[in-house]
Amino acid sequence: MNKLFKILPWFFVALFGTEIVAVMLPKKSDELHWREFGRLPVLLSGRIQPFDSVARNALLQIRSTGDVPLEYVTNSVGKVEAWPGWKFWHHPKKLKSTQWLLEVLFKPEVADTRPIFLIHHPDLISELKLGDKGIESSGLRYYTFNQIEPVLGDIGKQAQQADDVEDARRTPYEKQVLKLANAVTLYQRLKNSVEPEGTHNFADLVQDYKASLPAGIAAFQAKQAGKKADMEALDHFSSIARQFDRMASMAYPLIIPPLDPKPDRNAWVNMGASLLGSIQTDEIHPAVAYYASMATAYSHNNATDFNAAVAGYKHWLDPNFSHEETKGRAEFYFNRIKIFLHATIIYIFVLILAGGALLTYGSFPGLSESLRRSAFYLTALAFLVHTFGLIFRMALEGRPPVTNLYSSAIFIGWGACGLGLVLERFYKVGLGCAVAGLAGFITLLIAHNLALGGDTMEMLRAVLDTNFWLATHVVVVTLGYASTFVAGTLAVAYVVLGIFTPILKTKVGKGATAAKASVQSNDVNIGKALGKMVYGIVCFATLFSFTGTVLGGIWADQSWGRFWGWDPKENGALLIVLWNAIILHARWGGLVRERGLMNLAIFGNIVTAFSWFGVNMLGIGLHSYGFMDAAFKWLMFFDATQVVLIVLGLLPLHMWRSFQTSSPAPSNRSGPGRGQKPAPAGA
Amino acid sequence: MLERLVKIFTSLKLTVVLLGLGLVLVFWGTMAQVHLGLYKAQNEFFRSFFVYWHPAGADFGIPIFPGGYMLGGLLILNLLAAHTRYYQPGKKKIGIVMIHLGVVMLLVGQLLTDVLANESMMHIREGQTKNYSESIRKYELAVIDTTDPELNTVVAIPGHRLARLGEITNTNLPFTIRVKAYYANSSVAQTNEPGYEEIKTSAGMGSGFWWRSLPNETRTDRRDMPSGIVELTAPKGSLGNLFISSFLARPQEFTYAGHHYQMTLRPQRYYKPYSLHLIRFRFDRYPGTQIPKNFSSRVRLQNVETGEDREVLIYMNHPLRYDGETLYQADWDHADEKGTILQVVRNPSWLTPYLACVIVAAGLLVQFLTHLFRFATKRRTA
Repeated sequence: MNKLFKILPWFFVALFGTEIVAVMLPKKSDELHWREFGRLPVLLSGRIQPFDSVARNALLQIRSTGDVPLEYVTNSVGKVEAWPGWKFWHHPKKLKSTQWLLEVLFKPEVADTRPIFLIHHPDLISELKLGDKGIESSGLRYYTFNQIEPVLGDIGKQAQQADDVEDARRTPYEKQVLKLANAVTLYQRLKNSVEPEGTHNFADLVQDYKASLPAGIAAFQAKQAGKKADMEALDHFSSIARQFDRMASMAYPLIIPPLDPKPDRNAWVNMGASLLGSIQTDEIHPAVAYYASMATAYSHNNATDFNAAVAGYKHWLDPNFSHEETKGRAEFYFNRIKIFLHATIIYIFVLILAGGALLTYGSFPGLSESLRRSAFYLTALAFLVHTFGLIFRMALEGRPPVTNLYSSAIFIGWGACGLGLVLERFYKVGLGCAVAGLAGFITLLIAHNLALGGDTMEMLRAVLDTNFWLATHVVVVTLGYASTFVAGTLAVAYVVLGIFTPILKTKVGKGATAAKASVQSNDVNIGKALGKMVYGIVCFATLFSFTGTVLGGIWADQSWGRFWGWDPKENGALLIVLWNAIILHARWGGLVRERGLMNLAIFGNIVTAFSWFGVNMLGIGLHSYGFMDAAFKWLMFFDATQVVLIVLGLLPLHMWRSFQTSSPAPSNRSGPGRGQKPAPAGA
Repeated sequence: MLERLVKIFTSLKLTVVLLGLGLVLVFWGTMAQVHLGLYKAQNEFFRSFFVYWHPAGADFGIPIFPGGYMLGGLLILNLLAAHTRYYQPGKKKIGIVMIHLGVVMLLVGQLLTDVLANESMMHIREGQTKNYSESIRKYELAVIDTTDPELNTVVAIPGHRLARLGEITNTNLPFTIRVKAYYANSSVAQTNEPGYEEIKTSAGMGSGFWWRSLPNETRTDRRDMPSGIVELTAPKGSLGNLFISSFLARPQEFTYAGHHYQMTLRPQRYYKPYSLHLIRFRFDRYPGTQIPKNFSSRVRLQNVETGEDREVLIYMNHPLRYDGETLYQADWDHADEKGTILQVVRNPSWLTPYLACVIVAAGLLVQFLTHLFRFATKRRTA
């Protein structure tokens, strides 16, 4: 048995370690080198990114998912539905984002049959008379372009009306209409990003265009000068140029790099603009020729030619744009490995294992220690994976870790996990791991949902474009959020464990484990240990939130000439500082003891959640990121749960299983509310 | 009695209560910004001794909650009292004392900023030179004697004086200005729309238009647009009723006793000992997008008194600090991107937060190091 307990932790590490390694290893090429295409660099939203990111972020905006499922089932009433999630043994086939983009670009007639347009407002579905069409999946309905094409006019009209309404006053229906209209526009722009939509042989068209250039221009000039012009040549030439002109105005990413990177290597243009530019230069840009070959090869199902064209283009990029190619490759890799998803999975297991360790701490020391050790090792692994993702993102962006709400969630999770690891080193009961697991899981879940909005690496607007302040003020303030949340989570653990289990009164030696517990007279019980942890972390949180807030004030003074302006985000940070100061002073003044401290710390969760998310929902001030109504419901839900926990925390002691005197081992007669001297000020 | 008072003021309980009230105030004041706007909420909640509740229709307020000044003041009192009473000489508490001293400085600094700081705007077009900034909220009625083309005499009457209505005299003016109506925020229309009344004037621009009073603007990106009607009376009789309004693009002009006058209701001006000439404004975007990357103004700074003459680049996170003022890039002419709007902040106490931070940081460091030291020695003896 003991041997099994010893092996178990290593088994978990090996299991999850192997999974991570398997994910990170390079994938084998398919016959068609679509991954190579997905890595090609383009310029969009002000930054170099691979086609794959263009595809993913477009899909997120249109479908709210990163890929397109291909397998569906027909249910008992004959309706087509998505593959049910509970049949987990079968992975339904999916189009990866880049594969989907290739269809949109080069086989739009196929792409038009993919159910990608998400409409979930029932009124909009009935208004557009789409009720019986589309595919249903978990209550959401997805439609193909072919299905919504007949009602494009209606969508446009409705969107026009919704657009006239002020942002904050729009109804969910109007927001949905606007979102759908934007999705349609985006889809149509994508279709015209490499070739005019529906071109069968783009390579031939480009050749034709090149051949007709001299005669076409000569005819045009002759006509301008009032001389006799070759009208046939002019008509032929301008019929092609008109298509390109339409592309130039519609195309989404800028895919053609400058010929000479020297003057401005960011002077990328879109396909249409480059082709029209050939009228001046009389030359076709080499990149255009490569893309034309890819287009033709793809639409003729010729993998060999497609692969050759992609390889040729990469070869052309090598000498001058190797930096952009590297960026494209790295970001493609980052998109593919979905590192934070894998970290989330580990966090869930950490939480389960640490919970098991806590519940068996007194009764089955051997098992408890084995589970705790497993949880601890997995927390370390998760922290490693999380750190890898964090640093990878920083390198891709060339920025400090926190640049927007999404990355703040990632960073708060990371900070909380780190703190949890430190706590676990002090008190080896599984509490630190439980906190790390819970915080890591929840923050990454929040991050995942925030990422559904589209690009998470968007460029920073003017005043935020300063790595110095992002690295100091933002990082420190975010660590303040993280530590306040950790204190709150520990307090939640105290209340839940205290009321529902007898665990809090179990003695624990500092640094000793359940298996090797040699109870000494000066040892504290878990409840006391939690009290010490929460107190220490609140000190830590006060330090970080105060320093971070002051640094923010200095940034504000540096850029706006004022230290404090009562802006909502500033006030949010101040609320956290005030609340932590209240906790500390209440404790030093002896106004609260152990249990009071816990309840105050739980309320800290509400304060921090308001400062992190709530103020952004006010939609005012210099810091606001816009109104998010879906998040508002969740915030209210979170606050409600915390209030319930505080009410539980206020229950009289005899209702707490951990403090019932009738229990067999009355190790701590004084209880949490009495007999504890307040710590000296500043301890 | 005194002893009890001392006890109350030196207690940690009071600290906790005050911090708690502060928490409520900050939260409330933040939420109130949604309806009141940043500026008004700031004044009502933070730059006040009490938060007042105004019953509907009443022009008085009932204090219902302590304001920012009250709580800040009491906190300082509490802090000083507690530290005086419990002060122990020696190194043990020096860190704590320093931290709290820094906090007091922050609070006092904020109060000084509120009292002493002044914010205004400088709007300069490319090629233009300006030696004054304009108030963001305050207006003034400028009466300018333009008879001498070389030297204009300006009499400026602040807007809050106009709001009190009645007669205004000035030794530099040969006539009396009688304010007959003044709306701190108004709207002017060309037709008789509901709620509007006809503007009744006897001279200058304005007759044939309609106007109405509006509540103060709460949005930070908009400003009040005041209007009013003044009657000019000289010893010999009335010179007529004139319409004054921030909507008027040109000043009202009239002649009296051989002097030419212009009269205009304009944002209050603050003249500077230096001038700024805008050479170029730039709005840099990220490649291929409309996302702003940077805004910058290249200006020529000239100061006749000191003989200074240099070029300065003002851009994001890099304001110009000059003559006790901070000039930062705040806005620009959206239509043609050929003009800049600089925010001008005069804040004589701008250094206090920096000093406070240094003191707090030093205090934290001392506190941390003494703990570490104690911890280490305990370990050794154990």
